Amino acid sequence: MVSNMPVIDTEKCDKCGLCISICKCGILVMGDDGVKAIESEDCSLCTTWCNTCELVCPTGAITCPFEVVLEDGRE
Amino acid sequence: MPINLDTIRGMPYFSGLDDSALAAVSRYFFEKKAVRGDTLVFEGAPAEVLYFVVAGVVKVFKTSADGKEQILHVIRPGDSFNDVPVLGGINLVSAAAMSAAVLNGIKKKDLEALSKEYPRIALNVINVLSQRVQEMIELVEDLSFRNVSGRVAKILLEHIGTGGGENPRLTQQEIAAMIGTAREMVGRSFRTLEEEGAIKIERNLIVITDKAALRKIAGIIE
Repeated sequence: MVSNMPVIDTEKCDKCGLCISICKCGILVMGDDGVKAIESEDCSLCTTWCNTCELVCPTGAITCPFEVVLEDGRE
Repeated sequence: MPINLDTIRGMPYFSGLDDSALAAVSRYFFEKKAVRGDTLVFEGAPAEVLYFVVAGVVKVFKTSADGKEQILHVIRPGDSFNDVPVLGGINLVSAAAMSAAVLNGIKKKDLEALSKEYPRIALNVINVLSQRVQEMIELVEDLSFRNVSGRVAKILLEHIGTGGGENPRLTQQEIAAMIGTAREMVGRSFRTLEEEGAIKIERNLIVITDKAALRKIAGIIE
């Protein structure tokens, strides 16, 4: 199953904590190896897909993968 | 694991070969598996292997001195990468798996030996290299003539899936690298395209609500 959570590359993470400071859902925490995302209904219920953690990360360690689809499968 | 002859027959390098030639070619192939993020080819290293993607997606990219990444090409099943350097010498680019991937590889020396034995392969190589030049010209055109929103619109149109998870997922960083801009600009372009009514941003989805409008923004003329 494809996760809807942000994807974190712990090798790129420099533990600056910026993403934790801006996360509205509180799903990011600092671990020994860097930031971790905690599976949480708060994030999966987020309808705005804020994406801010990806935007603020200075090292590009966080990404929020998405798929591109046509509305109702229409051309 | 033996390589399927039909898989090889579908590779542009080996089109037009009869079954006995394909069987000979297949003996030189080996399989390689990668997980998302694995670097498969390093810029500046000697090019020893030509790879064909069987499953998954691979990005071919260059990295600037300050670490910025420019994706030159996204390789999907059926396509090859490392073509130019394996025929020339040194890798001009790096390649990494964008998803879990299965690759078929053939060593440079084996490809050269097969080209001498089956001249049709040499002719096919010319056609493949011609295609690569055309792709580079398209990239130059994108960088020269399309604004950022137009380039983002074009990338979105090229990556339409069904939402079932079978298509490789994109990230803003990857799009930024594909079109040669900062990821912040990609985010801004998404908002612009949403304001124009061409797309709708949902969680883990970019929904194209007006494909005609998006094509117009991308500068695609009917």
